Amino acid sequence: MSRQYKTTITSVWLLAVGFIIINGLVALRLIDEYTTQVLTIGGINVIIALSLNLISGFTGQLALGHAGFMAVGAYTTAALIMQLNVPTFLAILAGGLMSALFGLVIGLPTLRLHGDYLAIVTLGFGEIIRVIMINLSDITGGPAGLKGIPPFTTNFFWRPVLSFALVQLFLILVIIMLSNLIKSSPGCAIISVREDEIAANAMGINVFYYKIFAFTLSAFIAGLGGGLYAPFFGYLNPNMFNFLKSVEFLIIVVLGGMGNITGTVLAGFGLTYLQEFLRFLKDYRLVIYPLILILMMLFQPAGLMGIFGNKEFSLTGFVRNLKRKQIFRRRSASDKAGDHQ
Amino acid sequence: MGVFQQILQQTLNGLSLGSIYALLALGYTMVYGIVNLINFAHGDILMLGAFVSYFVLKCLGVTPGTLTLSFFISMLFCALVGILMEKTCYKPLRNAPRINALITAIGVSFFLENGARVIPIIGPNPRVFPTLPSVTYEVLGVGISRVQILVFAVAIGLMLILNYIVNFTRIGKAMRAVSFDKGASYLMGINVDQVISFTFALGSALAAAAGILFASAYPQVEPYMGIMPGLKAFVAAVLGGIGSIPGAMLGGFIMGVAETLTKGFLSSQLADAIAFGLLIIILVVKPAGILGKAIGEKV
Repeated sequence: MSRQYKTTITSVWLLAVGFIIINGLVALRLIDEYTTQVLTIGGINVIIALSLNLISGFTGQLALGHAGFMAVGAYTTAALIMQLNVPTFLAILAGGLMSALFGLVIGLPTLRLHGDYLAIVTLGFGEIIRVIMINLSDITGGPAGLKGIPPFTTNFFWRPVLSFALVQLFLILVIIMLSNLIKSSPGCAIISVREDEIAANAMGINVFYYKIFAFTLSAFIAGLGGGLYAPFFGYLNPNMFNFLKSVEFLIIVVLGGMGNITGTVLAGFGLTYLQEFLRFLKDYRLVIYPLILILMMLFQPAGLMGIFGNKEFSLTGFVRNLKRKQIFRRRSASDKAGDHQ
Repeated sequence: MGVFQQILQQTLNGLSLGSIYALLALGYTMVYGIVNLINFAHGDILMLGAFVSYFVLKCLGVTPGTLTLSFFISMLFCALVGILMEKTCYKPLRNAPRINALITAIGVSFFLENGARVIPIIGPNPRVFPTLPSVTYEVLGVGISRVQILVFAVAIGLMLILNYIVNFTRIGKAMRAVSFDKGASYLMGINVDQVISFTFALGSALAAAAGILFASAYPQVEPYMGIMPGLKAFVAAVLGGIGSIPGAMLGGFIMGVAETLTKGFLSSQLADAIAFGLLIIILVVKPAGILGKAIGEKV
């Protein structure tokens, strides 16, 4: 067994143990239900913000319609569960796939052009989706919304635990997938598209293909987020998925740092928690958000993680560090023992 | 009313709406032509213009004189806001990655909308915009209202003035030069910063006029009124060929007619979707727009 393999195994163990402990705390109600709910919403927000980070932060193509993809995922999941009795887990995946299909269809004409067009087309797409959802009242319930989406479980005690666990499980999978993707060869191609499209093209990278790939994957993840959202809330309304919602995800990405996964996770949970605290500000919140966007872009365009040199938190790196310190300590202990003799 | 007359009526309404879009699209296209930025906040300048005019008319009463005065005050105010916006938010980012400038533009747009919503004298609720008593004249069985005549007169007048400024004045020549090659015009002794500020001022003044016309045609003002006209005007600018001034005018008229025909003959809810449908079709068929030139990427 190579050392790297061992480190990975230890990391997975650490992750699993952490996951079980935190879920145990939730199940024993040591983390109260309110906090659990905020953390669950935060998890969904982070999943969608991560998907936006993939296309806007890593690929450098601004997309403004992620609420639209979220809506596609949420409504597909809800419709499959309610009308065809598909198991929830499969329905969520189907929501993601449907959203990816939409992403592909929108991406094909727009990504051929300069990134600016993507911003407008995705913005328009988000609005069109909302209009369609309002009009397709057989499936979506129209402007009144869709009520009575069955939750993950009907058991009153297990419901928050299961919602929390499932959302965090998806979140962990998305983070693992994204961080591995970014380190892989397609990931490097994606980043090169952001850095310099012309140079990337000259190096033989199919810029259009990688843009489409990143955009479709981004839509897929956003659809998963929407799919998780539907059974968790149990109610959907087309007006939940307006432009403002898309901009909320953008704020998370910008605040955490574009192209930084750790930043998005921290900013996502942080902002969700802050939103609960800032309720007393009412409408003034709406002025503070755009100010955050403008000020970040003017003074700290790399986001909060930019302050720490845009580094990523890495679990394997953490484990490796721990081991190194242990080895160091053991050796120094034996050295000391040697001195005594 | 026959089908032919109905089509004629809707086309007339469409041209009237389209001239408002055209005024707004001119601002997008000029700014894009010079700094390569989609100014998301442009639609919100329309809202500001409408509100300034609303307050002027509320204070002084509605007469043709005060309406003219409100045009001047509102255009001047918005031109100043445009310059301020450029100097504080866009100028520092001129050499930053484009995505940063785009995000800032979205921030500015939201700031203006929500700022207006939070200010107590504006507030979130829609208000009735004071207008002159409406009179409708009938020509060949087609009704044309006084507001529509006002819209045509102001829009066409402003477009002629803009055409004169861009094509026959020193600053207009400088604008064209900066849009063609910023670096070279800097070397030729053109004050590029001043030209960019002037472009923002000009675009914002046109947006303010468009705002008053829009508010007169649909007599209502509210903080979010600028979003949809802004987006549609942007689509109009892309349709005509972004960066091209005649293109923006043409695109605006096409957008307006397409929208009213959809509203009149298909469905009123589809009208908003049709704009983005059009945009996707243009991007697939002719991304440079009707009057735009396809320019290859410079290395």
